[in-house]
Amino acid sequence: MRSLLLVIGALLLAHIALLLAHPAPAAIAATTGGLDVGIVFDVGGRGDKSFNDGAYRGGERAEQALGARVHFIEPGEGSDREAGLRLLAAEHMQLVMGVGFIFTDDLTALAKEYPDTRFAGVDYALALDSAGKVIPPPPNLAALKFREEQGSFLVGALAALVGKSKKLGFVGGMDIPLIHKFEAGYRAGVMYVCPDCTVIAQYAGVTPEAFRNPGRGKELALSQYQSGVNVIFHASGSTGLGVFEAARQMDRLAIGVDADQYAEAPGHVLTSMVKGVDAVVLDQIRRARDGSFHGGVQEYGLAEHGVGYIYDEHNRALIPDSVHARVEEIRAGIIAGRIVVPAVR
Amino acid sequence: MSDLDATAMREENPSTVSETMVIVRSRDVRNRVIEAVLPPLVALLVSIVVGDLLILAVGQSPGAVYRLMLEGTWGNAYGFGQVLYKTTTLICTGLAVSVGLRAGLFNIGAEGQLAAGGMAAALVGLALPVGTTAVIAVPLGVLGALAAGGAVGFVPGALRANWGAHEVITTIMLNFIVLAFLSWLVSAHLRVPETLHTPPIHAGALPRLSVLWNGFHGSAANGSILIELCAALILGWYLFRTRGGFELRAVGLQPDAAENAGINVGRTWIRALTLSGALAGLGGINFVLGYERYYEEGFATGAGFLGIAVALVGRSNPLGVVLAALFFATLSQGGLAINALVPKQMVDALQGVVILAMAASVPEVRRLLAQARGKR
Repeated sequence: MRSLLLVIGALLLAHIALLLAHPAPAAIAATTGGLDVGIVFDVGGRGDKSFNDGAYRGGERAEQALGARVHFIEPGEGSDREAGLRLLAAEHMQLVMGVGFIFTDDLTALAKEYPDTRFAGVDYALALDSAGKVIPPPPNLAALKFREEQGSFLVGALAALVGKSKKLGFVGGMDIPLIHKFEAGYRAGVMYVCPDCTVIAQYAGVTPEAFRNPGRGKELALSQYQSGVNVIFHASGSTGLGVFEAARQMDRLAIGVDADQYAEAPGHVLTSMVKGVDAVVLDQIRRARDGSFHGGVQEYGLAEHGVGYIYDEHNRALIPDSVHARVEEIRAGIIAGRIVVPAVR
Repeated sequence: MSDLDATAMREENPSTVSETMVIVRSRDVRNRVIEAVLPPLVALLVSIVVGDLLILAVGQSPGAVYRLMLEGTWGNAYGFGQVLYKTTTLICTGLAVSVGLRAGLFNIGAEGQLAAGGMAAALVGLALPVGTTAVIAVPLGVLGALAAGGAVGFVPGALRANWGAHEVITTIMLNFIVLAFLSWLVSAHLRVPETLHTPPIHAGALPRLSVLWNGFHGSAANGSILIELCAALILGWYLFRTRGGFELRAVGLQPDAAENAGINVGRTWIRALTLSGALAGLGGINFVLGYERYYEEGFATGAGFLGIAVALVGRSNPLGVVLAALFFATLSQGGLAINALVPKQMVDALQGVVILAMAASVPEVRRLLAQARGKR
């Protein structure tokens, strides 16, 4: 009994000693006059090398460039998404962001409950009413969308210019309108530089599982490469890992999506169609600071650095200078409005 | 000594006998209280000290972080509501694992059973006509959740009883099958476009606790906690006051002996795992009937596995499970409250430390106690 009391006493002493080791107060309450921003990631989102990590980078850039204090929250389960947003809203953050379409409902409800707090949803999904019209988000909520078709247009043109084949490939994840946008832009980009080319477009499935099926991705990619395709653009989450595997096996090229996927198959990744989540997050934080923040749907395309493609030391060898110049010319054309990119197939 | 003598003796000296019994009794009670309270206390202290070190390692102040953790959980009504909400699911998965352990079975399928229960509650709520009175709709939803979870639990029970397939393997594999099936069901048939959830249920919603008291405003805590507490009570009664519960525990302690005593071990296994699955399935109503009123993919990811820790720390005792669920829920909500200061991984690590400390402290503290008694 005595030894047990000793153990308890020793633990208590150790605890008190450690408490004294770092007595500095900590608070997440918003500082007056400062720029405090809260960002809630998706469950298990951090470390995805894509959306959530992009948002994190955007927050870090805002801390450096704008002197913002960014508070990040990683939920542990579904109900934590709302709880995290509430926590941040209750602390009077100047801006509260949710990363990913899954935040749509929670953000909409909270924006109504806290009309004086600014909210923003990255990839916010617009709901339709019974008549099929878009329900506008509340005035203090920025619904941030990407013009994926514009970035896809550029990589489509690039693929057709580099591909040395009249056949180009596309592997989509789940067969839904969101992914059709990628296909539509890609197809249009291919046709823009090579009107007699054809695009073989295939989807991995009709359930969310289609975004997590590398085996199916490899299967589709192999059959496309065997039919004479030299370049495949995938928009299929981790299913695309199978596409890269096929590219390596067949010694062909693949195009990554969302983030720079060069490392998945060095030498076989022509480029990646990237979403500039960091640029979007940074832009919204800047707007919150400048007072130019406004609610409603905001689309980020090539002009706003919301989408783009990778051209750096890793893939420069795969892209001739003339091709790069041509693609840049097309980019300027899209930004200037001379080229109109379709968003539907 | 004849009966008569004994009676005479007792009558001669009635006070001594009863006094001795009272003393023996009170010492017994004291020992039991000490045995129940000390191990968690020691484990808690160990965890707090490890937590101090982890917090210092990420460059924050332990005192401030712990204070923030308390403020965000028990310190305000909203936080406490969130704790209650998380407790509700954990009670169910904790009870589910406990029933299995009592019967000598390790059910790691609570994750899938929980999701199946939630889906069944949502399906019942969607099938009922709009405006069905809660008196009918809620029990139907609850029954649906129990039945779906029970059905998922029945399969490994039957496999074990009839073909000797080990339930650890079958329950964990069934998780994948069930979750994949539910995922298909949602995305192929029930999904609202551009979301991962079904349409809202038509009937059977449980009121939020904020209806009773506005202080809970915004928190997810809802009426299902009462249902889950009743489940814990009924389970306690079943395990320790009925023949079925006795058989279940007998099989858990010593299956061969139970068989010799005339208990059908296979049937008891099936009963235990079905009951276990049903309890886990019941946890699904917390999100589906109480919180969002729809089924969402991954609505309680991890709660099934955390139920194992809840059952171990709660020592497979219904009251212990309720307390352990409250504790782990506090840790989880507290982790969210301090997340802006310390990474989530740190809270996950702390949770692991708690489980390890709890598991290790029970036999160790008992050994020390036994030594102390030996010396006396």
